[in-house]
Amino acid sequence: MNWSEFFSMGGRAWYVWGSFGAFALAIAVEVILLRARVKSSRVTGEQS
Amino acid sequence: MFYPLAGKVWPVFAVIAVILAVIGLYIGLFVAPTDFQQGEVYRVIFIHVPAAWMGMFIYLVMAMYGVLALSFNTRISAMMMEALAPTGAMFTALALWTGALWGKPTWGTYWVWDARMTSTLILLFLYAGFIALTHAIEDKRRADKAGALLAIVGSVNIPIIYFSVKWWNTLHQGSTISTTAAPKMAAIMLTAMLLMTFACWAYSIAVALVRVRAIIVEREAGAAWLGELK
Repeated sequence: MNWSEFFSMGGRAWYVWGSFGAFALAIAVEVILLRARVKSSRVTGEQS
Repeated sequence: MFYPLAGKVWPVFAVIAVILAVIGLYIGLFVAPTDFQQGEVYRVIFIHVPAAWMGMFIYLVMAMYGVLALSFNTRISAMMMEALAPTGAMFTALALWTGALWGKPTWGTYWVWDARMTSTLILLFLYAGFIALTHAIEDKRRADKAGALLAIVGSVNIPIIYFSVKWWNTLHQGSTISTTAAPKMAAIMLTAMLLMTFACWAYSIAVALVRVRAIIVEREAGAAWLGELK
């Protein structure tokens, strides 16, 4: 496995890893924001 | 009751999503061969197509819940509709971003105002509009009704996106996968793409169920049964 070739993606590293990276980032942000919402919903729910 | 059921079910979908994504990404990045025409950059397809499909599919599911909410006045339908919107918006934005990154080296540009890209951008605006509208209206029942109408009316955009490459002369390529004919892409690439699609689908279900539980708690603030949780 030639790692430097793999990361270079035929010279298109920005396009390929910019896409896979955006995917990872989008999922991470959504999960983080969702966990925050679940926490704050419990706070809201406890107020009557 | 829906709340505890959703609580038991979402982790199953989360695990399925992770497993399918790991396998799909492995095949897509390490097993699928270099493309004869596009080299390595074609691998963006393993994110781009699943994201685009989810962006469109989630909006249709929202519209379906909108129909249910208006027809049967069920609160849970409206809450599911609200729970799905952020995830659908995320996938649509991801489809646009990855499409732009794929487009530049392959077709020479990050963006053109062709039928598919423009109608997908409109889909993103519809999602943003739905989220803004439902947050802007204080009365939850009225917000649900308004949101349902926007989801239903906006869903006409989905067949437009889908058929755009057939109806108009677009930079975006025509469909490679059909329900009636053999796919025009290599089997191993198709496998990875489908695995990623199902991973995104399972992820969307898990996230929507977690989010709808938060929405239920938010809306039921003050209700007695909340005190009995945890």
